[in-house]
Amino acid sequence: MSDQAISIIFFVLIIALTLGITVWASRKNKSTSDHYVAGGEIKGWQNGLAISGDYLSAASFLGIAGAISLTGFSGFYLSIGFLVAYLVVLLLVAEPLRNLGKYTFADMLASRFNKSSVRSAAALSTIAISMFYMVAQLNGAGALIELLLGINYTLSVIVIGILMTFYIVAGGMVATTWIQIVKAVLLIAGTLTLSFLVLAQPSIGFNPINLFNEVDSQIGSEMVVPPPPAGLVAGLDVISLNIALVLGTAGLPHILIRFLTVPDAKTARSSIVTATWIIGLFYLLTPVLGYGAALFVGQDAIAKQNPAGNTAAPQLAEALGGPIFFAFISAVAFATIVAVVAGLVVAASSAFAHDFYSNVIRGGEASEQEQLRAARFTAVGISILAILLAIPAASLNVAFLVALAFAVAASANVPVILLTIFWQRFNTTGAVTGILVGLISCIVLIILSPNVMTGPNPEPPLTPIIPIEAPFPFVYPALFSVPLGFLGCYLGTLLGGRGAEREREQGVQVSYDEIRVRSLTGISNIEQEIHEATPQEEPRTT
Amino acid sequence: MERQDEWIRVERTSAFKELVQKRKAFIIPATIFFLVFYFGLPFLTAFTTVLDANVIGAINLAYIYAFAQFVMTWVLMHIYVSRANRWDDLVDRARREAAEGDETSDTDGAGRSE
Repeated sequence: MSDQAISIIFFVLIIALTLGITVWASRKNKSTSDHYVAGGEIKGWQNGLAISGDYLSAASFLGIAGAISLTGFSGFYLSIGFLVAYLVVLLLVAEPLRNLGKYTFADMLASRFNKSSVRSAAALSTIAISMFYMVAQLNGAGALIELLLGINYTLSVIVIGILMTFYIVAGGMVATTWIQIVKAVLLIAGTLTLSFLVLAQPSIGFNPINLFNEVDSQIGSEMVVPPPPAGLVAGLDVISLNIALVLGTAGLPHILIRFLTVPDAKTARSSIVTATWIIGLFYLLTPVLGYGAALFVGQDAIAKQNPAGNTAAPQLAEALGGPIFFAFISAVAFATIVAVVAGLVVAASSAFAHDFYSNVIRGGEASEQEQLRAARFTAVGISILAILLAIPAASLNVAFLVALAFAVAASANVPVILLTIFWQRFNTTGAVTGILVGLISCIVLIILSPNVMTGPNPEPPLTPIIPIEAPFPFVYPALFSVPLGFLGCYLGTLLGGRGAEREREQGVQVSYDEIRVRSLTGISNIEQEIHEATPQEEPRTT
Repeated sequence: MERQDEWIRVERTSAFKELVQKRKAFIIPATIFFLVFYFGLPFLTAFTTVLDANVIGAINLAYIYAFAQFVMTWVLMHIYVSRANRWDDLVDRARREAAEGDETSDTDGAGRSE
């Protein structure tokens, strides 16, 4: 039997086992209690694992390893930014969100602005962000299957896309928390083993410093040293990338949903601690994977298989661990992609079904069954669109595509989320304009940039989709689109200035006093809770 | 209107004011600190070459700075969580204080918040 046949057989076995466990676990989960209640009972560490599972996508595993293997230090920015972003989430967003929200991030905005226009705008940005993210994941899946089966990229993307959609629509919706936990454990085990194999090579001898020395002497110091300053535009582009990375997480709908599945702010906090340790340790190992692949697979072999390096990690597994380990790592990567796509589809389709279809189109009167049907149709529609968009993205790095999704999240969602929590004068008009200005400016800037049109810089190596010269020279839009998002919120608020008071009188905007108390204390049903807190016996203090 | 007064009553408790003040005193400087620390790395690498010097073998200052960001994230996270866990008591106290106010001076409370 050929090595490839062994790999394929093991790959299929591992995937079947993983999905089987997931379905079994979720059935069990379903019978014990209702889906939302189960959500409310999720423990901190479980939620932390699920957050890690949602977060460590194909971008982290395939994309960053590939980017470091081909470009060295600049690939590591992604690791740092993806991690430090959790400080923004922890310090500024997670607890107020937990205290204000219900099921989706739009609910949190709606807790203050009870207008369907806010929900519609939030649903729109959720779908746009999920779309970018899904294109990235399908791009990774396509590259992986191309490597494993030797079929071409376009066919891989179509087949994988259809399989995933089928899995999710046919009943995977409830399973997402479990698939994240199973996959997070597998991914960590796989990454640790792969890193161990790299460090165990005779030339490294379990000393990470030797890894850097080897790369420096075998490949060249430009792989270890940050790329030299290349002028103002290139420099600002690096800053722009980092703005998107550090702010984006706080605006990712599928991550924000995770903070709404825990019982209180304290659990939200402890789940971030678990997630940040797991995610941080994982990212700390990305240079080992990336440099390991550059040394033991070779940059030429990586770039030949996939010009963006998306298959560096599985190729490394094949080179160091043989066909079975290769199958294992590929299966882990594949499960990662299925899990993340599942989470994204759930976030996007619930945004559409819950926030738009039910609350806006049907005026809150859609039955549960109608909502579910709307969610399924949305899931299929979104998947088809993502497949179509993933096909021309073949030559792009997964992590790069995800960085663009982060830019959209940072521009459209983060300003509105922060101002809803912290700005007293903020109003409905401001929230809607903020989301739309951030979203539209970010997407327009991406279209006008060298990502889509012909750019001046050969790096990153991009094939133009529209072959005219790009009027916007930056690859990453966040430097401009995030301030524009804030400006949209501010100007919209000024425009609707008097409106806010009228809204409050009409009862469509809640007072900031309530938002402030709720976001900081988690009190939601004030009459009842104050009543319960009335001292029955002697007060404990003084 | 009455519902509104209940929120204001919580907002006016000394425990709630203390909570707001303590959170502000920690979160504002901490956020400024980590953002400056975070953006320091891309600024220095994108516009200068000061971080190119090797420190240990081929590991240069830029990598040391990068690894320091991991340590910074974990340390700041734990400092925040240990404080925030203590602040949770203030939330309970605010609830009790608001409730006590409710018991003793119901009509007074409503009048004050006008």
